Amino acid sequence: MIRIQEADFIVQDEMDALKADCPKIGAICCFTGLVREFGDRTDLTGMFLEHYPGMTEKALRKIINQAHERWPIDKVRVIHRVGELDLGDQIVFVAVSSAHREASFAACEFIMDYLKVSAPFWKKERTTSGDNWVEEKGTDQQRANRWHTE
Amino acid sequence: MKILFFASLRERLQCDQEEWSDVTNITTAQSIIDHLIERGAPWDAVLQSGKLLVSINQEMASLSSPVDPDDEVAFFPPVTGG
Repeated sequence: MIRIQEADFIVQDEMDALKADCPKIGAICCFTGLVREFGDRTDLTGMFLEHYPGMTEKALRKIINQAHERWPIDKVRVIHRVGELDLGDQIVFVAVSSAHREASFAACEFIMDYLKVSAPFWKKERTTSGDNWVEEKGTDQQRANRWHTE
Repeated sequence: MKILFFASLRERLQCDQEEWSDVTNITTAQSIIDHLIERGAPWDAVLQSGKLLVSINQEMASLSSPVDPDDEVAFFPPVTGG
C-alpha cells in the first residue's frame, strides 16, 4: 500500500491495518521520519515537500517489489506526506510485516534507504531567513549502495 | 513530447512544463537539454549548473537515453525525500 498525502497519519492505525491484513505474521517493523533541523541550522520553521505525481508511486512500487524479491515479507505500507510541514511533523512512514523479525527489519531499512535516493521527492526548508532547497547528502547514496553488495 | 521540470529547476526556469510538437533532431534527453540551452538565459546557466537527473515516462533514465515523440521527459535535481 502506497499513499502520498498532505494529511498527517496515525501510526497505530497503520499498524492495526497491517495486523488485520494477515493473522499469521509474527513481526511488524516500522519507521517514522520527522521534520528536523538540518546540521547547524537552528532557524528552521518547517518545510515544503514537492513530488512528481505518477512517478513517485511507480518508484515506490519498484522499491517494494525489490524488497519482496529479497526477503520473505508479507505486507508493506508506505506513506509519504507532501506540501507544507512544520518542525516535528511526521513526513514518512514505512512498515513491513513478516513471519520473523529479520526480514521485516531488513526490508524496512532497505525501503527507506532506496526511497531516499530514488523516489522523486524534494524538500524545501523554510527558515526565519528565507527558503532553501535541500541538497542531496552523499551519505544517503552510500547507505543505499550498501545493499548492492550484501 | 511533454517536458517537465521540478523543484529548484522549476523555480529557476520559471517553467513547470512544455509541450513540443516539433521534435526534429530530438533523439536523446541530452538533445532536449542542448535545445533548451540555445534559448540563452536563464536556461543555459540553470541547465549547466549542478547535477541534473532525468526520467523518461516516469522511469529514471540518463541523458544519453533515447526519447520518442510521445514521451514524457522530466528534469530535476537529486531527490531529497524521506
